[in-house]
Order: sequence, then C-alpha cells, then structure tokens
Amino acid sequence: MTGTLVPQAGTALDPFVIGGRSFASRLMVGTGKYRSNDEMVRAITASGAEVVTVAVRRVNLDRSKEEGVLHHLDPSRFFLLANTAGCYTVEDTLRYARLARAAGFNEWVKLEVIGDQESLLPDAHGTIEATRILAAEGFMVMAYTNDDLISALRLEDAGAVAVMPLASPIGSGLGMLNPYAIRTIKHRLSVPIIVDAGVGTASDACVVMEQGVDGILMNTALAAAQDPVRMAHAMRLAVEAGRDAWLAGRMPRREVAVPSSPTTGLLG
Amino acid sequence: MTTQLSPDATIPLTVNGDARAVAPGTTVAALLASLDLDARLVVVEHNRVILRDRELLPAITLAPGDVLEIVHFVGGG
Repeated sequence: MTGTLVPQAGTALDPFVIGGRSFASRLMVGTGKYRSNDEMVRAITASGAEVVTVAVRRVNLDRSKEEGVLHHLDPSRFFLLANTAGCYTVEDTLRYARLARAAGFNEWVKLEVIGDQESLLPDAHGTIEATRILAAEGFMVMAYTNDDLISALRLEDAGAVAVMPLASPIGSGLGMLNPYAIRTIKHRLSVPIIVDAGVGTASDACVVMEQGVDGILMNTALAAAQDPVRMAHAMRLAVEAGRDAWLAGRMPRREVAVPSSPTTGLLG
Repeated sequence: MTTQLSPDATIPLTVNGDARAVAPGTTVAALLASLDLDARLVVVEHNRVILRDRELLPAITLAPGDVLEIVHFVGGG
C-alpha cells in the first residue's frame, strides 16, 4: 500500500497556524524535569516538536553554565516559548513575561497565573487580566486555563492567540478528565485550542487529539517516563494518529452489533 | 554573601538577592563579564527596569544600592 494517498496531518494540507504563524508539529513539549540535558535533547528530537517551553529563573551565580537551557538547546532549531510558571499574581506574571521577551527571541508567552500551590490549578481571573495587559503590549499570549468554557471565552476576548485548557492537573498524568468540556471549548472558540497539562501516556494524547483540538503541550509525560526518548516517539505518533482520526471522522457508535461480513451466501 | 575581594570594590549592590560590591565605574556589562555570563543568554533587570537593549549594558554604570536581577531560561513545562 502506498501511504501517499493520505494527506498527512501537520503538512500543508493540514496547516497548524497560531497568531498568523505556521507551526510544523501539533505536539509542543516542555524542557523541565529530565534526568539529564542529553536525555532532554534526545527526547525533544524524537518528539518532532518545534515549540519547546522554557521557564525564566534567576541565574545561579555560582554555577550558571550548567543550568541555562540554551547551553543545550539550539534556539535556531526550536521555537522557544517562555512560560510564567511559578507566578501566583498578575504583577509577577507580567514581570516574568516581560523579562522573557527581553531575551530577544520572540514575543510569545505561555501565560500561567497559578491560583493554588497544592493543585496548581490556574487563576482564571488573573490570567484574563494578565492576558489583556500583555496582548495590548504586543505579546502573543497562549493562555493556560481550566477546562471551563467561560474562562476560555474571556481569554479569547482578552486577546489570547491560543487558549490552553488543561486535560488534568499539571504533572498528574491523569489524562483528559472532561472530554465534553474540551470539545465545548473547541467548538465555541475561534482561536486554536492547545490542551496543556495532564497527559500521561500515548493513548491520552491520542484521545485528546480525537476531540478535534489543535495541539497538545506536555512535559512530565515525557520527562518522567522510564524511557523518555521512546515515550516522545510514541507521543509523536499518538498526536498524529489522533489528528488523523479526527480528520477522518469516526464511525457512529452503536449499541447493537452489525455484521461486517455478508449475511447472504452462507452455506445451507 | 559573595563579596568581591578587590579593595576598590566599594559600591554595594544586591545581585539576585545576594550582597555584592564592585569598583566605582563598573558598568552592567562589566558586572556580567566579571560573573562569567554571556550577555546574549541572560536578561538583566536594573532597579526593576528591564534592560531590553543589550547595547546599553556597557553604558549603564552601577550606583550604590542598585538592585539587579539576572535571569535566564531554564528547563520548564
């Protein structure tokens, strides 16, 4: 069989555009929590991701060379998406976003305003306020939020170029807890929907993409796997499979069996 | 915590939360160099003002009591 008859997801026939910029892969990955920088680079390469997230932190003045992620990741090969992880107030979030922009790579930010240290669930009010301010300053805001339609609508209204509802809490690996909510958000918003946080394994990623969302961002599912490089490859395939399945359109569910073989011509 | 040992390091600063001292006339660019930091890979916030234009780093002279934050990108999700 030739595979060329099927238009491949992630190509010109299935463009993935956020804020006017085209991206090569619907899988975006984080750079945190890997056992080593070498393993991180190999996993990210295996994932096929173009967008990689990074965090803004103080330079450790005693051993700076080992910590900076740009010593290991070539910024010309990847699209760096800075996050505001660790921010609990709008003021802190704005400061981190502006520092990240001053690094000089791009105007994009993965905006997080965390509302609670234990659950790490987002503060929707704060995220909406910060989105409005940063969008007005020219930032391309990708806003991390709950799987809540109203928050998502407000973020789009505030100027987010993409809205990023969670599948389940950050680092939990519980998979998608509310597919109905994710589908509703995708159905109602015009900006791309990137599910961020909660994916645990390849089947989770596939099911997320089968809801029709535009992409997935994950970190712990790769970094905390026994073999991050192999899991990254699995995630790449899962995201492509889920996207293709969505584009293909699944068969209707039936509560009764329907035979696949002819019911005529049976032996007498 | 870490203080420059040079006898002419008479300008006290706070850098990333730590007390430091530099010689009079030290610029932001010189401070980065003394810390062995590549200015292209860090961002400096000087008294809460983000220094977006790196070309200005050699032109800003540090003053007593200045507070600096030097940040960079680390692994994150």
